[in-house]
Amino acid sequence: MAETIVIDPLTRIEGHLKIEIKVENGKVVDALSSGEMFRGIEIILRDRSPEDAPMIVQRICGVCPQVHGTGSVYALDDAFKVTPPKNARIIRNLMLGANFLQSHILHFYLLSALDFVDITAILQYKGMDSKLIKVKEWVKADIDAGKKDAGAPFLPRYEGDYYIKDTDLNIHGISSYLKAIEIRRKCQEMLAIFGGKMPHCQTLVGGGVACVPTLDKIIAFRSRLSEIKTFIEKTYIPDVIAVAKLYPDYFTIGKGVGNFMSYGGFPENETQSQWLLPQGLLIDGKTEKFNPDKIAEFVKYSRYSSGTGLNPYKGETVPDYNKEGAYSWLKSPRYDNKVIEVGPLARILIAYLNKSNKDINSLVDSALNTLGVAPDALISTLGRHAARALEAKILADRMENWLDDLDPNGPVHTKYTVPKKSKGKGLTEGPRGSLGHWITIDNYRISNYQAVVPTTWNGSPKDDNGVPGPFEQALIGTPVADIKNPIEPARVIRSFDPCLACAVHVIDVEENKIYKFKL
Amino acid sequence: MLITRKKFLQIFSGSIAGFALSNLWLPKLLQAANVKNGKGRLPIVWFQGQNCSGCPVSFVNTEYPSADEVLIEVITLEYLPTIMGGTGDVAVDILERMITDEKGKFILAIDGSIPVDSDGNYCNVGEINGKSITALKWIQALSSAAGAVVAIGTCATWGGIPAAPPNPTKAKAVRDIVKDKPVINIPGCPPHPDWIVGTLVHVLKYGIPTLDDLNRPVIFFGPDKIVHDNCELRQYFDAGIFAKDFGQKGCLYELGCKGPVTHCDAPVRGWNSGVNWCNRSGGPCLGCTEPTFPGGTGSGFYEKLPAVQVPGLSEINANANTIGIALGGAVGAAIAGHAIARAVSAKKLKQKSKQNSDVENSDKVMEQSNTQKEGK
Repeated sequence: MAETIVIDPLTRIEGHLKIEIKVENGKVVDALSSGEMFRGIEIILRDRSPEDAPMIVQRICGVCPQVHGTGSVYALDDAFKVTPPKNARIIRNLMLGANFLQSHILHFYLLSALDFVDITAILQYKGMDSKLIKVKEWVKADIDAGKKDAGAPFLPRYEGDYYIKDTDLNIHGISSYLKAIEIRRKCQEMLAIFGGKMPHCQTLVGGGVACVPTLDKIIAFRSRLSEIKTFIEKTYIPDVIAVAKLYPDYFTIGKGVGNFMSYGGFPENETQSQWLLPQGLLIDGKTEKFNPDKIAEFVKYSRYSSGTGLNPYKGETVPDYNKEGAYSWLKSPRYDNKVIEVGPLARILIAYLNKSNKDINSLVDSALNTLGVAPDALISTLGRHAARALEAKILADRMENWLDDLDPNGPVHTKYTVPKKSKGKGLTEGPRGSLGHWITIDNYRISNYQAVVPTTWNGSPKDDNGVPGPFEQALIGTPVADIKNPIEPARVIRSFDPCLACAVHVIDVEENKIYKFKL
Repeated sequence: MLITRKKFLQIFSGSIAGFALSNLWLPKLLQAANVKNGKGRLPIVWFQGQNCSGCPVSFVNTEYPSADEVLIEVITLEYLPTIMGGTGDVAVDILERMITDEKGKFILAIDGSIPVDSDGNYCNVGEINGKSITALKWIQALSSAAGAVVAIGTCATWGGIPAAPPNPTKAKAVRDIVKDKPVINIPGCPPHPDWIVGTLVHVLKYGIPTLDDLNRPVIFFGPDKIVHDNCELRQYFDAGIFAKDFGQKGCLYELGCKGPVTHCDAPVRGWNSGVNWCNRSGGPCLGCTEPTFPGGTGSGFYEKLPAVQVPGLSEINANANTIGIALGGAVGAAIAGHAIARAVSAKKLKQKSKQNSDVENSDKVMEQSNTQKEGK
């Protein structure tokens, strides 16, 4: 008999997510994912000055604000018809790169590691590291005192035969976790050197950036980058490999749809026609050129009564809370009617098959060699973690070159005047995948703003043909050993790095309120 | 999670007690938490409403003390979705236990605003008996059980981004929902980690910090913490040198800087381990610690503050006090020199005593410049 399990709230993600799964004979047979929060940021943007958009949209997500800011300034450049100077393109890349590194490291250690590492192993620690001794004494004292909340916030957790058994490995994992807190802080510092502060930087503006790349900033950035790079190479990548070797099942669990897309991330020229992480698609095992006209959003299972199968340019959003059969506030974006996964795995696979960057291919080949798996094994829970770690290294390496290309005396901003009427789009890649921002300006004010974000692609419900979204497809077939402690589906979903705050956009649960978007 | 109806009612029908903002609650809380002579840890339940997770991310950015030191030595973090080990029912169980078994023994920290439209259904957290529970219900139940409440970040303190016009979800600040408990406000989008950690350490070691009339700790947001008065670009303002485009040298006033009407110590503290701060970076202050953030449709981030006199352009009017001490007649950079700087300092000292009332004036200026927020 099938049993239904609800995991709500799914913690250690960004935002509020509910996962409902049906389990039969120890395996997930059906899965539904639902976003649980709405703020209406696109509505708030309306009637504001277009210049405000990059600062407001960063507040969509505090983990990866930079990508929303970046998508937004690309849209403003387009709408204002300005080309930012080279310095600005590079500084935007460097700041976004710093945010990627912060987000990827945070994701593996702070959000995912507790699904594998046994934190209670700290009680067996016998070494001399002062930080680890402190952690051990802290947990031990609370346990000895009989405190219910000993080890909070890391305990309580799902209990079962789920965690790494080797004490030394667990202690290494805890030590890496502590180090990761420090390293990701330095990623934020690195971004703030150009951005003013993090989260939510100050210097992303249409036409360029507001900061000047003085020599002291370049030096301070480079010094931190070098330390972060070492952590990625000596700790992050080896830790992902160590987990992969202990949990090889997860090279087959959570495979998902197997179709991938990238808008292209980190422009390498001013016309934005070349990227460090290339644009493209991988559908049914074949690469394809990207054509934005093939994107359509379906709503049969979404709480909207508006038209279905529309391109975002013509998108409508008419909410209907009580719509029969609907179970999500996310629409179902599809490319050429296909379900698409976005994110680091998509980018790495597309770059790998694209073969335009030798460094990326040799890095992926050497990782596959170490792991002893074929490239298609990357399409899995572990593959997503591995792709994220490899992408961190590719970025950190390239960021060092970008620093060399900065001109401390060069311009950072191209002056613009806000047009009375215009529209623009900004496509970019974020830590979690493809992100598009669309702006329409009327009478010098924002008349319409729309963002289609990575987790809308990945977390989408079934489309009109009844084909489940990427999260759902990845969950189906996932084994569940104990329905009271369903750690396996949580691991699968976390490998996507969901960001629900980003994913839920224009909705309203009152039937008499209608929001329409025509772009 | 399945629980009995009795327990359900017990969790979600906490009575509203009388409210007095005083230090009286603190000894009880500290005693319950086993804190003696400032030694021990504050139990914290960190609940998230309509948020972006920027507040917990900023909290984890703390340098001295480091995040792990805070977790080990300052607080017991019972619940914080962004980093906690438990998920699903394991997480909901913790909230349930705090509400029923730990009455008066913990501090409730909240980031994010609380939507009240559509019965609060714009933000749901967890299920009980197969029914989604709204953030509003959780906060009512948790705050009723908590010893004290701390609102973290501008969404929780004033409503912030979700409450900006037209406030689509009728998002509320914590102080609009919690009426029976003192609410300490730590604004900022996000707040500096030192403001969060500093306030908690102060409560633990020395009691409640002195608060201003908006319940903000004056050590971080006091009347002497006006961004404009402590800005390193102040010399440009005094000399009448204004940046006309991004990346230019000069005071950022013409680019929309809200420093003259914003309270926080970012100019002297610096962000992200002190590597930079807003105006130093070249991106003008957005006024993110103020109730007026992010403003209505009438006051863009890059639109000049209204009703502020600029040096050299006309006589100083009463409002000029609110943006510090404007220098009459000093238009060009060349005029600015030591003598003038000294004159400014003297004048500044003289006017400092007037500052408190000036701060209120400045708030009024800001308020007038914004459309009133809906649903506040």
